[in-house]
Amino acid sequence: MKEALEKIRQSAEELLAKADSEAALEELRVRFLGKKGEVTAILKQMGALTAEERPKMGALANEVRAAIDAELRQRGKELADKLLEQRLAAERIDVTLPGQRPQQGRRHPFQQVLDELKEIFLGMGFEVKAGPEVEYDHYNFEMLNMPKSHPARDTQDTFYITENILLRTQTSPMQIRTMEAQKPPIRIICPGRVYRSDAVDATHSPLFHQIEGLVVDKGITFTDLKGTLEAFIKKLYGEETRVRFRPHHFPYTEPSAEMDMSCFKCGGKGCSLCKGEGWIEILGCGMVHPKVLENCGIDPEVYSGFAFGVGLERIAMMRYGIDDMRLFYENDLRFLKQF
Amino acid sequence: MRLPLNWVRDYADIVTTPHEYAEKMTMSGSKVEGYTCEADGIEKVVIGRILKLERHPDSDHLWVCAVDVGQTAPLTIVTGAQNLKEGDLCPVALDGSTLPGGVKIRRGKLRGVESCGMLCSLGELGLTTHDFPCAVEDGIMVLDEEVPVGTDAVKALGMDDVSVEFEITPNRPDCLSIRGLARESAATYGVPFRDHVPAAPGGEGDIRDWLSVEITAPTCSRYVAAMVTNVRVAPSPRWLRERLRLCGVRPINNIVDITNYVMLEYGHPMHAFDHAYVGGRQIHVRMAREGEKIVTLDGVERPLDATMMVIADDKVPMAVAGVMGGEFSGIYDSTKTIVFEGACFDGPSVRVTAKKVGLRTEASGRFEKGLNPENCLPAIQRALELVVQLDAGDVIGGIIDVYPQPRAERRIPLRPGAINRLLGTEVPVEQMIAILKPLGFGIEKKPLTALVEHEESPYVVVVPPERYDVERDCDIAEEICRYVGYNRVPSTIMKGVATARPSELQTFRSRMIEALVGYGLYECETFSFYGKKAFDNINLPADDPLRRGVVISNPLGEDTSIMRTTAVPSLLEVVARNYNARAAEVAVFENATEYLPAGDPEKLPVENEKLILAVYGPGRDYLSLKGIVEQLLETARITGVTVTPNTEGTTYHPGRAAWLMLGDEKLAVIGELHPKVLANYGLKPRVCVADIDLDLLFAHRGPMPEFRPLPKHPAITRDLALVAGEEVPAAEIAARIEQGAGKLLESLSLFDIYRGENIGAGKKSLAYSLVLRTADRTLTDEEADKAVARVLKNLEQLGVVLRS
Repeated sequence: MKEALEKIRQSAEELLAKADSEAALEELRVRFLGKKGEVTAILKQMGALTAEERPKMGALANEVRAAIDAELRQRGKELADKLLEQRLAAERIDVTLPGQRPQQGRRHPFQQVLDELKEIFLGMGFEVKAGPEVEYDHYNFEMLNMPKSHPARDTQDTFYITENILLRTQTSPMQIRTMEAQKPPIRIICPGRVYRSDAVDATHSPLFHQIEGLVVDKGITFTDLKGTLEAFIKKLYGEETRVRFRPHHFPYTEPSAEMDMSCFKCGGKGCSLCKGEGWIEILGCGMVHPKVLENCGIDPEVYSGFAFGVGLERIAMMRYGIDDMRLFYENDLRFLKQF
Repeated sequence: MRLPLNWVRDYADIVTTPHEYAEKMTMSGSKVEGYTCEADGIEKVVIGRILKLERHPDSDHLWVCAVDVGQTAPLTIVTGAQNLKEGDLCPVALDGSTLPGGVKIRRGKLRGVESCGMLCSLGELGLTTHDFPCAVEDGIMVLDEEVPVGTDAVKALGMDDVSVEFEITPNRPDCLSIRGLARESAATYGVPFRDHVPAAPGGEGDIRDWLSVEITAPTCSRYVAAMVTNVRVAPSPRWLRERLRLCGVRPINNIVDITNYVMLEYGHPMHAFDHAYVGGRQIHVRMAREGEKIVTLDGVERPLDATMMVIADDKVPMAVAGVMGGEFSGIYDSTKTIVFEGACFDGPSVRVTAKKVGLRTEASGRFEKGLNPENCLPAIQRALELVVQLDAGDVIGGIIDVYPQPRAERRIPLRPGAINRLLGTEVPVEQMIAILKPLGFGIEKKPLTALVEHEESPYVVVVPPERYDVERDCDIAEEICRYVGYNRVPSTIMKGVATARPSELQTFRSRMIEALVGYGLYECETFSFYGKKAFDNINLPADDPLRRGVVISNPLGEDTSIMRTTAVPSLLEVVARNYNARAAEVAVFENATEYLPAGDPEKLPVENEKLILAVYGPGRDYLSLKGIVEQLLETARITGVTVTPNTEGTTYHPGRAAWLMLGDEKLAVIGELHPKVLANYGLKPRVCVADIDLDLLFAHRGPMPEFRPLPKHPAITRDLALVAGEEVPAAEIAARIEQGAGKLLESLSLFDIYRGENIGAGKKSLAYSLVLRTADRTLTDEEADKAVARVLKNLEQLGVVLRS
């Protein structure tokens, strides 16, 4: 019996080594370990043994069985690994082929810039407002301390609809509309289209975009104006950007200023972009003129505020190095796809 | 405004480089645009005298000159110019010299004769007869005044001064003058301002025997007249010509030059009339009479009306006040006696008049900004002083000064507290006074007991008459701030907490736009206006209300004269442009505003917000665009939208367009463009457009989604292949299925459309998949069968049957 078991083990080992498919392995499993298998057949003969031999033979039979089982598993694993390897090799693709992309459009470049600006100002507590583009002269000029025949009107060549209705030349009328509708504290920006009768060329357009800003509260100062706009520019162009304020004049602010930023291309050393000056003019600003506050029923002895206006195209042009404003309005896909 | 630096030095001792000056003036509030020096690029050019002039031995047009340039021996120079004579002084470019434009001059032989330099013409020095009226265009420049030989020509010709270009803001007409800028310069450099008070020269006789002046126009605040007789018209001396030249004013003759010189110095336009043409020896400053006309100095006849102010003699207008003189108001060779006018006209009146007559002159530009009437008299006195100095005539005694209501002196209490509160600074009152005084502001001190409310200091600021722009605290604050230094005051963070977030509309709009971008569409920005042709291009009927847009009364051109009532043409221009650039596929959109006139022309139009989509290219057809819009509606959580064929539109293909309706509101129109419209834009491919009302989308946006538990019980799927007549709309079939299946229907999808012989002509087969489910238990086959039976029964009424 012992010999029979040893023989089974030996033949199983030989056959297993030769088995080269899962089916062959299964066949061997049934042949040796199945209910009618060879090892089982041996075990069935145990009844004929003596009480002394029985445990010894039992142990031996189990040992053989375990050995065959282990070998079966081992071979099974080897076979599976081999098969998997073959499959993986067969399934190889050229991973350098171009990907199949989903269709994806883009936002217009200056809408992208505008989004960034809005985000910065929202973060500083400015609400975003919108107002009409076809506007009353009253809001666009008169309430902003520019009565009819004010010489400053000449600097903004205006499209008129009627004597009293025009295309807004600036987003500043939103200052008035906001102050009429809302009591201080006020912190708003108002982006939008504005119109001036300039013929189209590389740097002029009868239609362009501005962002107006307005803050009115108790105790707002010129130093706050400086601090706020400086923070804005640093957020937009980086902490290393420097700014300077130059005295200027707007009828609806006093004191008024223009803000320059250090040229982001040359860092202020002077280059073709900043025309060698190291500075780039970026926006106009000032303390809201007390007459404007009074026009809106706000007491300038109690409240003060500042306002500013930024040209969006200019910022977008500088940001992307675009040298011709017309490109924005031509909407050539070869242009739009670049941003 | 151009300012010669040397002229400023008459008033203030300023030692500086042009670069530093530009920087400092800009930062103190007078913006410098740039500066130029004519001498730049000219080297080794000196003044020489022609000692001897001989014919060139080998040429019939060249001359050989011996020229004394202050060296030990005269130079031999060959010239082709024919305007020279011995003794003439002229500029000589020496061997190794440089002329404007980088031209180098070297010695060389001309037909065998060695020439040691070049005699220069005006042009070769970068000058014109505008600069030197005494010189000739074609020939060597001959000086008309004695200068030592060997003098650097740049100096001798006054080309060494620097001319600084300022950009003056409209609130500072006083800085459109040498004196105004000199005062700012002195204050900027902290040096004293030396004002020049003109001597008031007396003269023979009395002006009142020659002239009377009357003001009846309410828009003239002052009229000052002085007279000069025995006028000796001649060129002005070089120093005066040079100054005018550097300011960009062409020297003409001493009288005209004096008026221009005084205008530059005082910023106040002056005029000189020939007394012989002043009819009745009377000057009337009056409004024009209806029907009156004037031929202005430029030879154009201009009609006048009663809103225009004129300077008239006893009968006719001699000048449009503050704008331009009439044809006989100049100075002529025959002129013997002149009247100098120094007047102050109301800014708005001059502005309106200049606009109406279509003339914008140096004078009108200045008057418009509001000039200081106090300047009239000193300007006239200065002119007389110059007449005497230049010996240009004999001053007649006396000055006529009609000044009905002298300008009131403006006094503002100095409120250091209010100023510092506005600026956020702590500038002491003494520093404020120290800043204001050099700018011409007077400071008065009141007894402390006399202080009233809102007065914070015993000081009162007396505003100089030329600074009428200064009215209140904030104006004084600006003066203080710009002289403390805009960049020297600190930057601070605003006090107070402010929170902000985008409005619901803004968030909604962004979501819609981002969704479209995600579907592969590119955002555009187009002009808000177009011309009539835009309506024709999209084939709008002649009586379509959209053709009545808001019209710009002064457009750049017809094609930009109407505010758009529909943005579809704007987007189609974009499509056409890209098509012409050979784009194989176009998918664009604009978040566009449309402007619909209010009934009342004095009311603002309604500004509608739209999303206009336009597509063409592979796979970009009506249904794919409709899919995008459906997806967009889902993003907006709008349900219950119905689709109605739009068969009557003229812009769209009558068989390929639809309205998306919510109740009776039109959310959107989607359609393939009408072939005529495609043709109008020169488009070959079929283009589909969606015109979506963003305002309506926002108004009907759905609420936040409510969570539904995930299904616990299995669903039953039933596929139905239906045969329907071609005319039966799929939407109708879907509606019947939904109605028949009722609550059990979880989802419905159309997965195949088939047409072919085996179902018959005029028919289509539609294959739908129905997913049926109940939430609380497992649906039985019997229930599903019943539902399908109901569906089929419902469809029978449409003649739709199960495909056998």
